[in-house]
This record gives sequence, C-alpha cells and structure tokens, in this order.
Amino acid sequence: MGDRVEGALATVIEQYRDVPGGLLPLLHDLQHALGYIPPEAVPGIARALHLSRAEVHGVISFYHDFRSEPAGSHTLQICRAEACQAMGSRALEAHAKQRLGIDYGGTSADGAITLQAVYCLGNCACSPTVRIDDEIHARVDASRLDELLAELGAVGSGAPRG
Amino acid sequence: MSLQLYLPRDTTALALGAERVAVALLQEAARRDLPLELVRNGSRGMFWLEPLLELVQGGERIAFGPVSVAAVPTLLDALASDAAAHPLCLGPVEAIPFLQSQQRLTFARAGQGDPLCLDTYRSLEGFAGLERALRLEPQDIVNVVTESGLRGRGGAAFPAGIKWQTVLDAPGRQKYIVCNADEGDSGTFADRLLLEADPYQLIEGMIIAGLAVGATQGYIYLRSEYPLARQVLAAAIARARQEEYLGDNIRGSGRTFQLELRIGAGAYICGEETSLLDSLEGKRGMVRAKPPLPAIAGLFGQPTVVNNVLTLAAVTTVLAKGATFYRDFGMGRSRGTLAVQLAGNVRRGGLVELAFGASLRRLVEEFGGGSYSGRPLRAIQVGGPLGAYLPESQWDTALDYEAFAAIGAMLGHGGVVLFDDSVDMAAQARFAMEFCALESCGKCTPCRIGSVRGVEVIDRIIAREAPGQNIALLQDLCDTMEAGSLCAMGGLTPHPVRSALRFFPEDFS
Repeated sequence: MGDRVEGALATVIEQYRDVPGGLLPLLHDLQHALGYIPPEAVPGIARALHLSRAEVHGVISFYHDFRSEPAGSHTLQICRAEACQAMGSRALEAHAKQRLGIDYGGTSADGAITLQAVYCLGNCACSPTVRIDDEIHARVDASRLDELLAELGAVGSGAPRG
Repeated sequence: MSLQLYLPRDTTALALGAERVAVALLQEAARRDLPLELVRNGSRGMFWLEPLLELVQGGERIAFGPVSVAAVPTLLDALASDAAAHPLCLGPVEAIPFLQSQQRLTFARAGQGDPLCLDTYRSLEGFAGLERALRLEPQDIVNVVTESGLRGRGGAAFPAGIKWQTVLDAPGRQKYIVCNADEGDSGTFADRLLLEADPYQLIEGMIIAGLAVGATQGYIYLRSEYPLARQVLAAAIARARQEEYLGDNIRGSGRTFQLELRIGAGAYICGEETSLLDSLEGKRGMVRAKPPLPAIAGLFGQPTVVNNVLTLAAVTTVLAKGATFYRDFGMGRSRGTLAVQLAGNVRRGGLVELAFGASLRRLVEEFGGGSYSGRPLRAIQVGGPLGAYLPESQWDTALDYEAFAAIGAMLGHGGVVLFDDSVDMAAQARFAMEFCALESCGKCTPCRIGSVRGVEVIDRIIAREAPGQNIALLQDLCDTMEAGSLCAMGGLTPHPVRSALRFFPEDFS
C-alpha cells in the first residue's frame, strides 16, 4: 500500500470508526481523497469497522458511485432516464459513445473522460441533462456536448483504455 | 441608489448558465460604476424562464428571462432607465400566469430570498410551526398532523399522522426521524428545488417531527446526484445549529434535536424506505421484509419515522396554520396540495403546486403549454419510472391518489413526463424492465430475475417472434412481479409495461 493510500485510509478510519453506520461516508471520503477505493484498503476498513472483508466489498460493489480503479480526469454522466429520453437522450448517448470511442464505464484513450450512465439529475424540465464532475448542464444535444468536451480541452477519442 | 437584483442559484438555473450571467452582471456593473446588489435566491420553479432575473422596483419584483450573458449590457441599460421596455421583461414575477394560478403552500417561499438567510426565513413566517409545536404536548402535535389529512408525498401516500402515532406509541431507547431525500424518480425535482430554495423548511419540519414522537436524532438521506442541494443543506444545518434550532437546547426550550446529512451512492432502490435504512446503517441497500414496520423497528432497530422531504416540509404549514386550513385544500382522501413537476418534452416545464383535484389535462395544457418540440403529445408518464404511461383518453383524470389508482396508475411523487408522437412505446416498456434489472436490490426473485426475463421477452416481441405468445408470457410475468415482489420496485414495474401494452398496442405489432 502506498503512503498516499495509507494516509487517506488512516484519516477516514479515525473519523468514522465510531460513527453509527459510518461505512458509506467513510467510502465517500476515501474516494474523494484518492479518486477511487483501492482494493488494498478493504482489509483495513473491515478491521476498523468490525466487518468482514466480504461485507465491505459487498457495499462497494452494490453502489454505482463507488469505483475500485481510478477514473479519467473528468467524469461525464449522461442521464438515461425517461424525461431525458423524451428530449432525445438516446441519440445523445449514442453520439457520446461514438465520439469517445467507449461504452458506459469506460475511460477515453487519452485518459480525459470517464463515461457513466446516470438515472436522473433532477433537471427534468430542461432535458437532456449531463453532469461533468459537479456541474450540471441543461438542454444538451450532440453539438452542445462537443462544445462542453472542447472546453475541457479533451478530444477524448481513440481506443478505450482499461 | 443601488439596483437590487435576484438571480437564482439553483441546479437548473445554473445548468442554463446563471453563474455566467451573475458574473457578467457584476463585471458590467463595475465597469459602469453602477451600484448593484445581487442576491442569489432559489428558483421559483418556472424553469423554462431560467436564468430568471428579478429587479426590485416600487415594492415589486419585476422579472426578466431567460437571461443570457449577451443580454446583460442592454439589460443594465434598461434596468437603470425604463425596465419594462426591455424585450426580456416579463412584468411582475408574481403576475406571471404560471405562478399566479398556483396554490403555493410548501413552495410559497421558494425564490423569494437567499435560501440560507435565517432572517429572511423568519420574515416569511418561518419557524411559526416550530414555535407552536414547542408549546404543545407530543400527542397534540400528532393529532394536528392526523387531523390535517396529510399523506406521505414520497409516493406511497400513507397517512403521516398514523405513522407518527405508531412511533410515538412504540417503546424505544432512541427514536429517529429520517428524511428520505433520495428523489430518484425521473421527472421529479420538487425535493431538490425545495432543498436549494428553502432548506430551513425541511429542518423545521424534522424538528417538529422529533418533538412529536420523542426522537432526538434525525438523518437526511440525500442522493449524490444533487451536489448543489448537498452544499446548501449542509450550510443550512450548520447555521441552524449556530442559532440553536438544532442541538440540545432548541431555542432555549431544553429540548434536543440533532441532525446529520448523509449522502447516498447512486442506488435508485435506496429511495425505498427499508433499503434506505439499511444504507444509512452502512450496508448494501437491501429491501427489508415488512413487518416489522420501520415505525416499530426501523433505523438500528429503533422506532423510526421515515418521511419524504415534502411531507416533512408540509408539516410546518399544518402546524403554523392549523389542520383545518390544510385539510380545506384537496379532494376526497387527498388533502392539501400536490407538487406537480412538469418535465420531459414540455414547453413550460417546472413546478406547479395545486390543491389535489385538478385534471392532468389542465396541468399539461394550461401550465405546460404542450410539447417543447411543437409536435402533438402522445403519452404522459405520471409518477416516475414505476408509473403508468397515459394516452390522451386518460388525461381528464383528476390528480387524486384514488382517482389515479382507479385507472391503474399512480401519482407517486408527482412527476409528469411528457412525450411527443415520436415516442416508441415498446422501447419505453423495454426500458422499464431494463431499469428494474439495473436497480433491483436482488433480494427477491420476481424483481431480480423477472426484470431480466422481461427485457428478453419484450425484445422478442419487438423482433416479431411469436408476438401473441410472448405478449401473453409478458402479462404472466407482470402478474408474478406484481404479486410476488417484496417492494414497489418489482411490484410496480409492470405499471409502465402494461399501460404501454394496453394503451399503445400498435407499437408492439
């Protein structure tokens, strides 16, 4: 385990070991610090929270938000839910996959963009909606998505990574 | 005299460029040496007009929208001289028909001021409900809520007073108030809007609930897809704590209520109350069998009130204005107001709060103004991804829990998603099953396996493989899911599937 992982792990364990139901906030904070939840952190978390490694792994794998490997520099989420479908999100997601050369869950070859599906961002009156990191964008069609990607300085094309 | 302006800091307003407009306003005003005071309010919920700028003039708030960065220079010219002459001027904001025709109780404060300013909240009748609750015995608070006829706004519409009474009567060393802010239904944003525009109302409602049932600890379970609501809510909790609305001596009363914000991790099923409780306990969000009810054995096995954001918020109105005032809105057994969210392919999308009883058609035509695309509307999905798709023949149904149940539909959390005539209803039915397969917690077989088989059967129907047989098989599968699932996820997924088959059979043949 690297120093960075060890340090982050010690911090979150210290903060949450006595918090009732603290595993989710612990995992959120750890992922926020490291960008992902390294599998080698699982035994330490389990020990500190008096859980089995299987229980911790079970929680990490249950929730869509938690990832066990690093993501790209930016995360692009495209809403796949009904309100966005009614405004053309099926075409938008097809465009994004083709443009980035990846499917949901993948990271573009230049490492710039990880593409994720999301089911509702609460912007349903001005669909289609995408989220880039913590920013939400309304009325996004294919050309608007290209602009947003260009603003990130990401070409985001080529063969998928990982 | 400086110009007084309001511009929302709301997810949808920001998603439409409100932050860039705010920066442009401040820069351009500084360049002109124009004194300007810009308050970032919440949204009024007229999302098609966002970013919606408001100017205080002659005691009124004059609206302009939708405002772009490019419009800022001419706007500042007009604001300083003849505001009404600007092409984006919409007149007094409260006279805009979309807003004026509503009956706003829960959303009355939304958009009026800085959501985090406690003085603003107090000046707009905030904490009046709490003040009354602090003078009442727990049983009397529960009685007021019961008499108001308030039913849970999360979707299940269970009477709030009965739930509270159960928790009040249940023995337990530590009771809890849990706010379900895991607003996962597509087409819904009322919780988010309220949390970003008027967070103290939820906090006040939760404190009242705590006083009513004897709970000293509350949790808000907020979905991670709402980063701005999270920021606003966290700040609001901190300020409420500073001013001793939260803590171990609520406004000097000697009463205790602690509140903690928890963030979900992207699982739709955690909007189901028992799954939410497991998630709060730090586990996989697996649905629990009922009984025991959460009111008897909920969070950490203790008596727990689990209510939606809008239910807890409505309690503040019920306490402040009385049970009769609230009950006088509505029809039948649906009392009070419903927050309808107009979404999808809609010209004027946004939040409409009305007494129960208005027709779906009135909502869609008078408020929504038809489709965004300009094409004819074909289907409306009411009540989120587990709600039915309704064709025009059903649009005269009144927005009332029982009236919707009578046509095999449900109001749910009030999401209304419009589709124009380009929609493919077989694809929508397939998506309903696909979504269930993706989001099922996996505990019960009808939901976990049934949804996967459902996608396969619909694929065969779409491919015209023995369609008669496969449609019969799909109906049979829907029967099994409805009757055999542990919770509403598997139990209600047949709603959108069956309504698509029943009302739009041409898309399957």
